[in-house]
This record gives sequence, C-alpha cells and structure tokens, in this order.
Amino acid sequence: MDGITLLTIFVLSVFIGFEVVSKVSTTLHTPLMSGANAIHGVILVGAIVVTGRTTSGLGLVMGLLAVVLATVNMVGGFVVTDRMLEMFKGRQGGRR
Amino acid sequence: MNVLPAQLTALAYLVAAVCFILALKGLSSPASARRGNLIGAGGAVLAVLVAFLSESLQHLGPILVAIAIGSALGVPAARRVAMTQMPQLVALFNGVGGGAAALVAALELTERHGNGAAAAAAGGFTVLVGAVSFSGSCVTFAKLQELMTTRPVTFPGGPVVFGGALLAALALAVGIVVQPAGGVLVLLLVALALVALFVGVLFVLPVGGADVPIVISLLNAFTGLTVAASGYVLGNTLLLVAGTLVGASGTILTRLMAAAMGRSLTSTLFGAFKAGTGAVAGTGEERPVRSGSAEDVAILLGYARKVVIVPGYGLAVAQAQHTLRELAELLEARGVEVLYGIHPVAGRMPGHMNVLLAEANVPYEVLKEMEEVNPELKTADVALVVGANDVVNPAAKSTPGAPIYGMPILEVGEAQQVVFLKRSMRPGFAGIENELLYDPKTMLLFGDAKASLTAVVSAVKTL
Repeated sequence: MDGITLLTIFVLSVFIGFEVVSKVSTTLHTPLMSGANAIHGVILVGAIVVTGRTTSGLGLVMGLLAVVLATVNMVGGFVVTDRMLEMFKGRQGGRR
Repeated sequence: MNVLPAQLTALAYLVAAVCFILALKGLSSPASARRGNLIGAGGAVLAVLVAFLSESLQHLGPILVAIAIGSALGVPAARRVAMTQMPQLVALFNGVGGGAAALVAALELTERHGNGAAAAAAGGFTVLVGAVSFSGSCVTFAKLQELMTTRPVTFPGGPVVFGGALLAALALAVGIVVQPAGGVLVLLLVALALVALFVGVLFVLPVGGADVPIVISLLNAFTGLTVAASGYVLGNTLLLVAGTLVGASGTILTRLMAAAMGRSLTSTLFGAFKAGTGAVAGTGEERPVRSGSAEDVAILLGYARKVVIVPGYGLAVAQAQHTLRELAELLEARGVEVLYGIHPVAGRMPGHMNVLLAEANVPYEVLKEMEEVNPELKTADVALVVGANDVVNPAAKSTPGAPIYGMPILEVGEAQQVVFLKRSMRPGFAGIENELLYDPKTMLLFGDAKASLTAVVSAVKTL
C-alpha cells in the first residue's frame, strides 16, 4: 500500500482514538488503560507474519521470541481486563 | 496456508479494526465496559486467524508452540495476580508488547531491504520506542513491586546522560534510515536497541512513586505508536489502525490521569530533574503523636453521626476490604451515616480503589468521588483514614516544592476528628511527611489494616 494511503489511515485513526475516550470517568481509567494495552498486543499478527517469512536461524529465534511476548501481551491483557471488569458487575446490577 | 484472497483478508482486518474501536468506546462507559473488552478480544482472535489463513507461513509448528507458551505464561499471571498487584502486571504486559514490536521491526528491516527510507525510519522509530517502552516498563514494575525505591532516583549529571543517550539513539536511527549494507545495518540496530533500553531506564528512574501510574499510561501510548509504526513497515493496515488508536487514546488518557492528579505531564516526567533532592522528605525527627487503642477508635466511631471512610493502598495490601465493609455495616446499624471518600488515584492507579471495593461488594451509592465528598467532610464527625497517606496529605496544598504539591486531596482535616489506621509512621508512597498525623485532633491506631479493623469491629460490637 502506498505511503499516502497509510498516512491517511494513520491521521484518521488518531482522531478516532482521541474521540472515543474523551469522556471517561476516573473509575474506568484503569480498565481502559488495561484494555488498550491488550489491543496493542495485536502486534502478534506482525510477529506471526515476520516469523513465517524468515529464512535465517537467528531470525527464527527473534521471531518466535516476539510471538511469545506478543501473546503474553494480548492474551494476558484481555484476561486481566475482564477480571477487573467482572468486579464492577454486581455493582452495576445494584445501580439499576 | 494461503487460502484467503487478499480482498477478504483486507475486509477481515477492517472488521477487526472496527472491533477495536468499539472496544475502546465500550470501555469508556461502566455499563458496556465488559462487553467492550470481549469485543476487543474477539477482534484480536479474528486478526490472528486471518494472519494464519492469508499468508503462506514457514515454521508453522514452532509459531503455534510459541503462542501456546505465551498463553501459558500470560493467562495464569492474569488470573492469579492479586488485584493490588494489577498495576505492575499491566506495566509488564505493556513492556513485553513494546519489546515484541521492536523485534518485529528489527527483523523486517534486516530481512527485507529496499522498503524505502520512510519504512526504514518507521522501523528505526519502532526499535527505539519499543525498547524504551520495554525497559521503562520493567523499571515501573520494579518500583510498583517495591523491588527498588519508590522515590525519584536522580544522580548528578543525570539529565546530561539522558540527553546524550537520547541524541546517540537518534543518530543511530538516522544511520538506519540511510540504509547501509546488511552487516552494518544489523550492528546499528543492535546498538540502537541497547542505547534505547538505557534511555528507557533513565526516563523512568527520576519519576516519583505517586506519578508512576501516569508513566505506565504514557508508555502504553508509546507501545501503541510502535505497533502503528511496525504496521507501516509491514504494510499491514490493521496494525497501523490498532496501534494508532491505542497511541491516541493512550495520550488522552495520560492527560486525563495527570489532570485528575493535578499534575502537568512535564512536571511529572522531569520534575525530579529540576527539584533536585526533595527538601520536604521525611526528616526523621521525633514528634509527639496521639495514638489510641481499638476501643478508643470504636467509641469515636460508634457515637458519631457521620463517618467518612478514606481507603488507600494499605487497605488493599492487607486485604481488609471485607472487614471494612463489615465495620461500615455495623456502624450503619447503629444509625451512623457512613460514606466512602475515594480519591481518583487511591491505590496505585486511577480507579484502582473502586475495583478493590467493588470486589468487596461495597454498594456503589456510598462511594463518593473527591469533589462530592470534600463538602461532606466539613460536617463529618470522624474521618477514618485506612492505609492512605498521600491522598490526604495537606502538603499538597501547603508546601510548594513537595513532590505532590498541586494534587487535589481529600480534606480530612476538615472533619471534627481524624483517625488514621497505619502500619507505622513511615511516609506514603510519595515519601513525604504528613503534618496531619501530628495534629491534636488526629488519633492513630498502629498495625496492619486488617488486624486493626477486626479489633475495631469487635470493640464496636461490645459498645
């Protein structure tokens, strides 16, 4: 994909990122940070792709290390966020 | 496997990107937060499946094993971690994400030359910032886990070393952009990664304990940007969109957190460079305090009309949330009005205390945010501070130059009586002496928060 298209996507994404979290209560800062943290674990996709293409032994080691780290980030991130939010469940029920 | 046509791949990545946007949107509101997180997880799983289906991958077996290892490390850590230690776990997850992004970009740059200067620049950026995020997160982890001092760490010439290392890193990154031949490129990448790791450590060391949450959030945004940049290097739009979303929302979140703590971002990061040695740190002199027994505290509380409870990290560490709720219920049964005053940064992260109290089934209605509870404190008979210190420290208002100066606090000094349940006279996470402890209307009950509360509960029962 050419540079200008990627730049366009980048700039539009910046605005969406600003917009979606602009009104959030302090109560949710921690889960939101944790959830965003899990989302950047999608670097796993990149790790899989580069590892699958590599031809050198060192490249394979680096790639597999990246896959492990990215999986920890992504899987662990979503699980811990869910655990945090689970605790809000009863409270939300009581509120209604 | 190469079974998915390019168009379908692009469409599936678009769906995943939309999932991530909906996830962030959902996470911004209490009612939809949990569903939002699940949508995000769904998007991530879809993206990984598409990656497997759309590329003709070598080493499929080892990759699957690596994913299994990563899950085996991440899931139990996330499941078992005590809620009090969650901030450092998030820091660690963020750090490994940054490290992964740096590895991906380095690998892509060395194996596929000639992607153009822009891609090389993006790759250099990813290696630099990813490594900073990795080592910086490791230092924040060590600070939160109290493996090292939580005070700002400064040394003579620190800013100069930091500036020099940063310049060296930038020079190495420029070297990568001019695209030297293979061997030199590898050397430059390794050197850049090492210098960047060093920069990350220097970046976080001077940050004081109370400001660490802001730094975690900032490093989170950094990792987002590295993922976006590696998406550019790989020509993968999903990585670009997801990384940018996290980078942008993380920046906003960092600013919101800093605002909630009454700090500017620059003073958080570079305050220690300027302030030098914190002059207001604990002087260690002996001054009289009024300490009481559990019975004294029980009498104060049991015959009060209105009690405001201010919980802090000490409560969480002692796992005393449940005992605290029991005490509150006992008092309510006696006709005492009980409120909880929750400081935005009580605990170790914004919103951390709300999570901990929700875990103990404390009803939402009695949790009051700082703006709501400060007027209530003026009419309260007793303010009961359980394991909190920095968030009620009047030095934030009265002592310019204190590391927490300017942070809004819960004004417990306005209440008729103040009771502190504390382990010792040791200052709080920010390492600042609290004048309120020496106030004549303050009573201290020393001990582990859970043991103290249990003693107070049984004393209230016998009133």
